[in-house]
Amino acid sequence: MLRFNNRIEQMPPSGIRKFFDLVIDAKDIISLGVGEPDFVTPWHVRERVFYSLEQGRTSYTSNWGLMELRKETAKYLKDRFAVNYDASEIMITVGVSEAVDIALRTILNEGDEVILPEPTYVCYRPLAELAGAKAVAVSNPSFKITADDIEKAVTPKSKVIILSYPSNPTGYTIDRAEIEKIAEIARKHDLWIISDEIYGELTYEKEHFSIAAVPGMKDRVILMNGFSKAFAMTGWRLGYIAASNDFLAQAVKIHQYAALCAPIMAQYAAIESLQRGMPEMEEMKKSYWRRRNYMFEALNKIGMTVNRPEGAFYIFPSIERSKLSSEEFALGLLEKQRVAVIPGDVFGLGGEGRVRICYAIDFELLKECVARMEKFIKSL
Amino acid sequence: MNEIAELLQKDARLTPEDIASMLNKSVEDVREKIRQMEDDGTIIKYSAVINEEKLPKQKDKVVAFIEIQVQPEREKGFDAIAERIYQFPQVTSLYLMSGRYDLLVVVEGDNLKDVAFFVSDKLSTLDNVKSTATHFLLKKYKENGTMLFKQNKLERLNVAL
Repeated sequence: MLRFNNRIEQMPPSGIRKFFDLVIDAKDIISLGVGEPDFVTPWHVRERVFYSLEQGRTSYTSNWGLMELRKETAKYLKDRFAVNYDASEIMITVGVSEAVDIALRTILNEGDEVILPEPTYVCYRPLAELAGAKAVAVSNPSFKITADDIEKAVTPKSKVIILSYPSNPTGYTIDRAEIEKIAEIARKHDLWIISDEIYGELTYEKEHFSIAAVPGMKDRVILMNGFSKAFAMTGWRLGYIAASNDFLAQAVKIHQYAALCAPIMAQYAAIESLQRGMPEMEEMKKSYWRRRNYMFEALNKIGMTVNRPEGAFYIFPSIERSKLSSEEFALGLLEKQRVAVIPGDVFGLGGEGRVRICYAIDFELLKECVARMEKFIKSL
Repeated sequence: MNEIAELLQKDARLTPEDIASMLNKSVEDVREKIRQMEDDGTIIKYSAVINEEKLPKQKDKVVAFIEIQVQPEREKGFDAIAERIYQFPQVTSLYLMSGRYDLLVVVEGDNLKDVAFFVSDKLSTLDNVKSTATHFLLKKYKENGTMLFKQNKLERLNVAL
């Protein structure tokens, strides 16, 4: 009999089957469940790719990615986040998703423990488990994870702390002082840090502070970022890892066999975004900021209480008033008001009692959704 | 540009309440600012952007872009002649340009003859007009930042975590 890999077989599918099966094919709904920008990739970026195709740029690139892109990326990281990487310390990947998989497989052994602040994006736990490790969730009732929360989870088996901030699904970030303490813990217990900063650029009032900017941390930090969110390039599938040469020398072995290289068209698109895409990126960011402001006020008004998110394009309000579970709330809202939100428990520990709303949709629709959610809550 | 004007320029139907909450300002401040802009002429009027080709059985209108070379007047420059021209209701826009010609006049009429008559009778005969060149508009693709032919509605997933 043909058999599957045991770990894969045991891995639950992402999310809640019943709910997602309903949402995926639903027609006349407004979805607040899509974690991507509502902008098309800016025209100059698309146009640059037409040109690269006309020029016949359709080949493989180096496993590491185009040198021009690696240089631009290093410059971008330095300019925007004050972290210093040489182009040789950048590896271009197929989105941050591939970067997470590679990083975990590069460092984890059977039985290692991964410290994972939750609620968080859904890929880290299954990928860590696939690499033979155990994910240890830590959480904070305020959703602002602290160094203390993390340190309490440290055991002799701990190998890596996964940070992802600003957070999907909460929109909260980790402040500089706390990042510095977390760095200290990593050093004290000799842990790696995987820092997924895909939403770093979309930090509103504060400045995003990368843990790679803490002096002396470069050897243990595996920094990842990409173009999907801030540059509205989700479908291009392009990200990168910035890390020490020692780490990358191991990681590139997986990347070269599993992906060979990221698509060359996407790499040219990314070069264009970095060279000329900043003004449009800032405009998009401003438009998320406005909608964040609106949603924060509107949700609190209708009794879905929440603290103000600090970045990304998500808000993670409480549904306590409804006395429903996250899944019941999402199902009810979908059935009665045709609005889709994501049940908070999908994102792990601490997510129950909340729902994730992505506010990157047309403002008029957003208002309509708030009105429908209010109706739904009142009908309970 | 100030942010309130920027928002209203994109969508004039936004309410002061919406704008206030988007920009973290008080509703009263936003109302006041809008009133000020209306008073001082920053906001001239609120209008809809219409794709006229979609209107049912619209009588065909003719639009022409007319380049005019003029002799500027002492002390008044181009302003006096410009005023003579923009007072005509047929003129929908008028710009002073650098380059080969001086004034760009946009004229609307019911038919070709109408516009031709307006040019030969009213514009060319003005004292300081040296020459005119008339270009008739054939098709509009984009106007005031709005693409008039909407691309296909983009398909998005209902869920992406």
